[in-house]
Amino acid sequence: MLTIRIIPCLDVKDGRVVKGVQFANLVDAGDPAEQAALYDAQCADEVCFLDISASQDGRGTLLDSVRRTADRCFTPLTVGGGVRAVEDVRALLLAGADKAAINTAAVARPALIDECAARFGAQCIVVAIDAKETAPGRWEIFTHGGARASGIDAVAFAIEAAERGAGELLVTSMDRDGTKTGYDIALLQAITSRVRTPVIASGGAGTLAHLVEAVREGGASAVLAASIFHFGTYTLDQARRALAGAGAPVRTV
Amino acid sequence: MGFIALIDAGAGNLRSAVRALLAAGAADVRVTGDPALVRAADRIVLPGQGAFAACMAGLAREDLHAALEHTVRTQGRPFLGICVGMQVLAARGLEHGETAGLGWIGGDCRLLQAGAERLPHIGWNQATPARAHPVLDALAPSAFVYFAHSYVLDGEAGAAWTEHGERFASAVARDNILGVQFHPEKSQRVGLALLARFLSWRP
Repeated sequence: MLTIRIIPCLDVKDGRVVKGVQFANLVDAGDPAEQAALYDAQCADEVCFLDISASQDGRGTLLDSVRRTADRCFTPLTVGGGVRAVEDVRALLLAGADKAAINTAAVARPALIDECAARFGAQCIVVAIDAKETAPGRWEIFTHGGARASGIDAVAFAIEAAERGAGELLVTSMDRDGTKTGYDIALLQAITSRVRTPVIASGGAGTLAHLVEAVREGGASAVLAASIFHFGTYTLDQARRALAGAGAPVRTV
Repeated sequence: MGFIALIDAGAGNLRSAVRALLAAGAADVRVTGDPALVRAADRIVLPGQGAFAACMAGLAREDLHAALEHTVRTQGRPFLGICVGMQVLAARGLEHGETAGLGWIGGDCRLLQAGAERLPHIGWNQATPARAHPVLDALAPSAFVYFAHSYVLDGEAGAAWTEHGERFASAVARDNILGVQFHPEKSQRVGLALLARFLSWRP
């Protein structure tokens, strides 16, 4: 049986892991390659590396940092940030990424999803959706690291992205990001009930119960978290045990 | 001392495969699409991501296909196909129209019938060997390995099986030819153990 994935996320800015609250107030949490090696040793199901400076500063993804990080783990690695074209995905894969996450560029030009899926296969393309609740039960996509409102409905875009060939949807609640108050379950439900594509829950994990909630109630196939793992609040083993205790399938390592 | 030819068909995560082979004990791994190097290699690894047709198109370049046929089929050197590198062992691929495969195992590469499960099939799932095999014994009795795919090789040739909506072949094996649907290069300790067995395999 396919197991629920627990994914530590490295938010990287200028080559360092950072973690902020609602995409701002960043604090340093270490070297990405070192962090990735620690998670590899703990048997993380995947590691996610998001270059959060890429879109804002208009720079390409930090391929060198990706290379050093990939060199330290035999764990599947998803890399996002600054992907604008098919060739950017190719460069990430050559640097050691297994999957590429597309965010801003896919919102600006959704056909990029089709192009990347056709070239590399859907299983290689993660579409990252950063959403903010703008009215009860309505979520809007924000791009450029959360700095710009797009006017696009997050649920409608999730459906479109899945139809265009996204292999996974990384759904981040900007309202919850870094607050440790739990994932936005209503947002997850709105998306997981309408697409067949696996959904990765992101934004708001503060306790192990939150991970369980995202899976049991939100319908997520994977749970992504940063602070609770970076700062040693919980180990991956504790997370696995919490999910298993709630009846969710997890890998025995 | 010979070397391993890691075939560059244009879309794979080649760096991961190189690193994993080295970590599993390989002395010399060469990423190549050069038919002359393929003919000289001791072992062949065909990693694969991307679409079936794109992978086959990559193999059609510069007599690469002929070199693979010679080295694997005529010379009988050990071959490992990973993910799409396993799928192209089918006679036909049915992803985005019909494409001829290498046909070394036969059958069709078709969409996984996932039923109520989500697709693509992404993540850690168990692969259970159907019988003893010098390389696939690394999976016994039923190891968790990492998958990322929507298509499967349909046929009777399963050397290991996995469940996701249906039971599908997560490995195929015949003589010196081995294919795995999962990613040993991304399957941590179990994956490295499987690659180490491939490196010392004398079929």
